[in-house]
Amino acid sequence: MSTNETNERRDKAPAGERVADWADGRLGIYSLAKSNMRKIFPDHWSFMLGEVCLYSFIIIILTGVYLTLFFHPSMNEVTYHGSYVPLQGQLMSEAFNSTMHISFDVRGGLLIRQIHHWAALIFLAAMFVHMMRVFFTGAFRKPREVNWLFGFLLFVLGMFTGFTGYSLPDDLLSGTGVRFMEGAVLSVPIVGTYLSFFLFGGEFPGGDFVARFYSIHILLLPGIMLGLVVGHLILVFYHKHTQFAGPGKTNNNVVGMPLLPVYMAKAGGFFFLVFGVIAAVAAIASINPIWAMGPYRPDMVSTGAQPDWYMGFSEGLIRVMPGWEINFWGHTLVLGVFIPLVIFPLVLVAIAVYPFIESWVTGDKSEHHILDRPRNVPTRTAFGAAWISWYFVLLVGGGNDIWATHFHLSINSITWFVRVGFFVVPVLVFLATKRVCLGLQRRDKDKVLHGRESGIIKRLPHGEFVEIHEPLSQDALHTLTAHEQYVPAAIGATVDENGVERKVKGTEKLRAKLSEAYYGEESQIAKPTVEEYKEITSGHGHH
Amino acid sequence: MSSQDIPEENLPAEQDAHGAVSVADEQNPFADPGLPPHEHRVQDIDERAAKRSERVVAFLFTVSMLATVGFIASYVGIPHNKAIFVFPIGHINALNFALGLTLGTALFTIGAGAVHWARTLMSDVEIADERHAIEAPPEVKAKVLADFKQGAKESALGRRKLIRNTMFGALALFPLSGVMLLRDLGPLPGTKLRHTLWSKGKLLVNMNTNLPLRPSDVAVGSLTFAKPEGLEETDEEFQTEIAKSALMIVRLQPENIKDKRELEWAHEGIVAFSKICTHVGCPISLYEQQTHHVLCPCHQSTFDLSDGARVIFGPAGHALPQLRIGVSDEGYLEALGDFEEPVGPAFWERG
Repeated sequence: MSTNETNERRDKAPAGERVADWADGRLGIYSLAKSNMRKIFPDHWSFMLGEVCLYSFIIIILTGVYLTLFFHPSMNEVTYHGSYVPLQGQLMSEAFNSTMHISFDVRGGLLIRQIHHWAALIFLAAMFVHMMRVFFTGAFRKPREVNWLFGFLLFVLGMFTGFTGYSLPDDLLSGTGVRFMEGAVLSVPIVGTYLSFFLFGGEFPGGDFVARFYSIHILLLPGIMLGLVVGHLILVFYHKHTQFAGPGKTNNNVVGMPLLPVYMAKAGGFFFLVFGVIAAVAAIASINPIWAMGPYRPDMVSTGAQPDWYMGFSEGLIRVMPGWEINFWGHTLVLGVFIPLVIFPLVLVAIAVYPFIESWVTGDKSEHHILDRPRNVPTRTAFGAAWISWYFVLLVGGGNDIWATHFHLSINSITWFVRVGFFVVPVLVFLATKRVCLGLQRRDKDKVLHGRESGIIKRLPHGEFVEIHEPLSQDALHTLTAHEQYVPAAIGATVDENGVERKVKGTEKLRAKLSEAYYGEESQIAKPTVEEYKEITSGHGHH
Repeated sequence: MSSQDIPEENLPAEQDAHGAVSVADEQNPFADPGLPPHEHRVQDIDERAAKRSERVVAFLFTVSMLATVGFIASYVGIPHNKAIFVFPIGHINALNFALGLTLGTALFTIGAGAVHWARTLMSDVEIADERHAIEAPPEVKAKVLADFKQGAKESALGRRKLIRNTMFGALALFPLSGVMLLRDLGPLPGTKLRHTLWSKGKLLVNMNTNLPLRPSDVAVGSLTFAKPEGLEETDEEFQTEIAKSALMIVRLQPENIKDKRELEWAHEGIVAFSKICTHVGCPISLYEQQTHHVLCPCHQSTFDLSDGARVIFGPAGHALPQLRIGVSDEGYLEALGDFEEPVGPAFWERG
């Protein structure tokens, strides 16, 4: 093709194509679009949860940038002269003053502040639920373990971004939260006081922490999170989305609708739905009314002080821990605060490392793109449910005063309930969940072999009443029997061919034990086989 | 997009050609029957239904435009300090309410329109895409390993140990400069946490009236908060100083005081304790007159003020420090020294 011809064709092409050509010549967008423009995404309501996270994150960034235009991250004391009468003439930090200004004197400022804060709560809640979706369906299995960790890090960083964010207005409630954090830092053996002095630029509260939290809140943490979000999404595209078992759906394909146009419209539209709902919530429901709490003073406090919900479980740890202190050789080991400080990350790590433990137990090295139904993996489901119950017991502990006043309970008994429940509730929930899962597996098996209960009662000639069961379609039969079942890993021969005894390592024994606990007879119901099915369906008069 | 625009190959007639089986497999009834045939929506068959959907979507987008106009009108028209009563929420800021609802509507209807469009008018034929293994095929892996070996060999890193070791040394050391730079984030703690503004002869000043306290000002059953004389709200260091020296004063009947030292350090039954909780530093502010218990509202640590402020419930690890007080020549309550032990949360050097 001569240059002339190329030019001629280029001139004739529509404007959009010419722009795309230009970009392709520099960025290679056609190759990118070839694999992604019609990328298939499977449909399931639970796949929207991750989208809620992404969209609330975007909303937080948009509204947060707006707030930085008005917020002054400074702890200099000023006298309030704004339009909220009850606080006029009061001394407060510039941070509080400018937050008051945003809330009362910038038109729409309060709305953006409330959208920002609501979106943060929803972001964390959506991440929590999204994580649970991934957990219970086994979507974290190979090849998605790294993406699980990305997501986990986003959740943890989201918590700290939220904490540093709600501390910025320097109001009485958040200041109390910062004081609590300082107290927790002080409890660290050997370096606690140094950490605290470096963090606050001296003694608490000093004049630095708002400015420092500000750069952490708007730059450091969101910057890392943005990188993780991008990585998370790239991996979602690269791995292709998981899907539930069903007719036509295999481990080697992905069935659904194309990105252009269906998911472009659905996902794009969903962003607006999420944003719209959050804006409406911010219009109706007040959040963090700092004017009602007033500026922070280290010698003042209000009752019913509660952190944002995602910090509640750490609050629970600190509230129910007995006040142990050990004094020796002129030093104090503040176990009553330090133990909760150590357990706090451990609660989170417990769920984060689970995928690696499971893959070690199964020894499975293959890729998994078909999601598990939670009932088909009873031990994992039970573990997840136990973890959630653990988390919620701690949330109850974090709100023990609220529970006490709202339900007229003794705060002492709630605290004791949480102390005992911390150890007992997860175990009970584990056992109960496993039972429920096995029951559901039995029901599935029964449905496959005997059909669906039709609700039609038939009276036989000799007077007996039976319920008619309708056989399932092949679609349903396939869906209910598509899951794989592992066999427990046994310890290999302990004596080799020469009769020499091999030493069995401790880890090997542990793994065999765990594997038995996971996949032994007690822990899963063998799924129906074709032979069983044929035997039953070929017989007569089954019911 | 209307149903006419759907490419032929996506329609169910075409799909059936490559293998959607709906009859039960005799050999293996559990076998995968393949993708079920596409079921038409009413919009796929009936152009009038499709038109209706189109109108719904257009209506939603129009509502969005109107809501944005409403947003601008509210922004301009509603004074920012006007409160209105909205059932059942109560009195709320009118501007915030109007801006939020119009913005919410404008956004929500865009979303609802797009989703309705996708669900009713865009093709809903399921398509299957092949997956490919994430891990590289063996020949690619072999090539990469060979390339790496070649590169490593050419760098001579393994052969020239001196370069390797000094490079690792340099790379390991230079981050220390960054650590050093963090040193001035704050001063060293020293003994700062052990001392407060209290000292011998400092008067106890009532936090509310800003006047020195006389013993007669403290009635039985009352709870008074005090600060050291000379500390004013306008002082630069006020926040940091009050975080340590805030005081809680109650009067007990001397015969009710169970702790011997507490009685000695009191004045006519008036006792002064640090207001800062020994758990994680919240100010304690709830006082139960009858039992002389004080409760920290943050984490519910409870202290018995009639028994040396020892912990009787909750997560606090030790009693509240007591300030030794007496009466000055002019008849005002005064401190007889600083706290004997650090106030507030415990720390490693506390001992």
